[in-house]
Amino acid sequence: MKKHDIVIIGGGAGGLAAAQGASAPHLDVLLLEKDARLGGILNQCIHTGFGLQHYKEELTGPEYAQRAIRELEGLPITIKTNTTVIAIEKTTDFTITYTNESEGETTIRATACILTTGSFERTRGAIKLPGTRPKGIITAGSAQRYLNIDGYLVGKNIFILGSGDIGLIMARRLTLEGAQVLGVAEILPHASGLTRNIVQCLHDYDIPLYLSHTVTDIRGAGQLRGITISEVDANFQKKPHTEKHFEVDTLMLSVGLIPDITAFNGLSFAKDNRTNGALVNQTFETSLEGLFAAGNALHIHDLVDDVSAESLLAGKHAKAYLENKNQKAASHIDVLVDEHINYCLPQRIQCTQDTDPITFSLRVKAKHEKATLKIMQGDKVLMTRKRQHLAPAEMERITFKNVDRLDDQTPLSLKLEVS
Amino acid sequence: MEKTMICILCPVGCHLEVDTDLNVEGNRCPRGIEYAKKEMTNPTRTLTTTVAIKSATHRRLSVKSAHPLPKEKLFACMAIINNVLITAPVHIGDIIVPNILDTGVDIVATNTILNGDAASG
Repeated sequence: MKKHDIVIIGGGAGGLAAAQGASAPHLDVLLLEKDARLGGILNQCIHTGFGLQHYKEELTGPEYAQRAIRELEGLPITIKTNTTVIAIEKTTDFTITYTNESEGETTIRATACILTTGSFERTRGAIKLPGTRPKGIITAGSAQRYLNIDGYLVGKNIFILGSGDIGLIMARRLTLEGAQVLGVAEILPHASGLTRNIVQCLHDYDIPLYLSHTVTDIRGAGQLRGITISEVDANFQKKPHTEKHFEVDTLMLSVGLIPDITAFNGLSFAKDNRTNGALVNQTFETSLEGLFAAGNALHIHDLVDDVSAESLLAGKHAKAYLENKNQKAASHIDVLVDEHINYCLPQRIQCTQDTDPITFSLRVKAKHEKATLKIMQGDKVLMTRKRQHLAPAEMERITFKNVDRLDDQTPLSLKLEVS
Repeated sequence: MEKTMICILCPVGCHLEVDTDLNVEGNRCPRGIEYAKKEMTNPTRTLTTTVAIKSATHRRLSVKSAHPLPKEKLFACMAIINNVLITAPVHIGDIIVPNILDTGVDIVATNTILNGDAASG
């Protein structure tokens, strides 16, 4: 059985950056990708807006992917495409079974493993949509793949449920290709996507956005004929007599992404029920020794730039794990959040001699203007940062430098003081 | 005609009101004024789409306008781009439609597709 030092599963933006970070002349790094090409979802995201932070230049998805792939040139990394991981187990090492056309079913061993498997889209079942079950109901990412990779327009008269960024981007894309997008309904009282996408994808084409609305009926046998949307109250219950009917052949869903780690259910590592991803420490190591996670497989990001930055770091930490493997396990403290914060990563901190700054990624539960973020241990305030604007759709990052001041007994807490 | 718009230059997203004399209200910083004026006088957008490609591995080649195009010309540009058929190989940055609609802006490839063999397509 072939033995590798680090195996990275998933060759999208996360896996490419993780491979770059993990690579070293003395390490055997293997990257596994199930698709024929590297780059993952970037290949179908043909719009611009990527790379402003990571490459200091505005790029389209395919351009960003090519940049990331080119950064691996000359590095000692083995890449296998068209290769699907079918099983993974951990004893002392990881045992990974994958399959591809040339090797068939193959089992290898690895000392460390990085999960960069991205995310999957929530579907109709996940949000319990009522009505008949005709064809013509499709997730935004699938419609995007059909259009941008395969060249098929999924419908002519389209309604979009959910104001996530992919749905907004697709509203514009479908309109430019000649489809009629009749509207976007969002169950929350605020849009989920970035403001620039609301403006440039909806306002530009006079596509109405129905906030506090959701789909309450689906009609059609065989083929979708129409949908009904209704206004909802603060508890997301349908308000009577607020129905609006639309004749459509396609209902496109943009109702959220979930970290895709289902293939690793055989591994026992702690998960965070708010992110649906793994629970990690500041090195992106999960509760299972040697298992790292990064990118959308860990938590959903707004920007690929953040995926690359995070995964590069995860790769570097995996490399450091290989190099310092004989150190004895360190103690951990938990990271707690208050009622204004939805989640925060890392969820726990490994107390070591290492005093590298820790960057916390967090999402708030509601929109706030002029709020103060505090990092505390017990009653002691370790750091304070003012923010002019916070929104659930925009991940907030805060870097804590005085790691040497942490006491290794008391949980760390993040508090948001709102006015 | 008075127009309302949301400034997209930063995450605050000020709601702006602009009148015909280009007086701007609602901006919380000076950049909002410039944004509103540009949107009223010459709104431009980068266009991204795909063209058909003859290749063994790909059916569509992603493209973009090398610079932003006048907003009102986007649909006319799409009509031209949708009649293009390219044969691989193509490299990122290759000009696919030069000077589209005399705007001075080229439509360029945003992907590299090397395999020109369409036999297995």
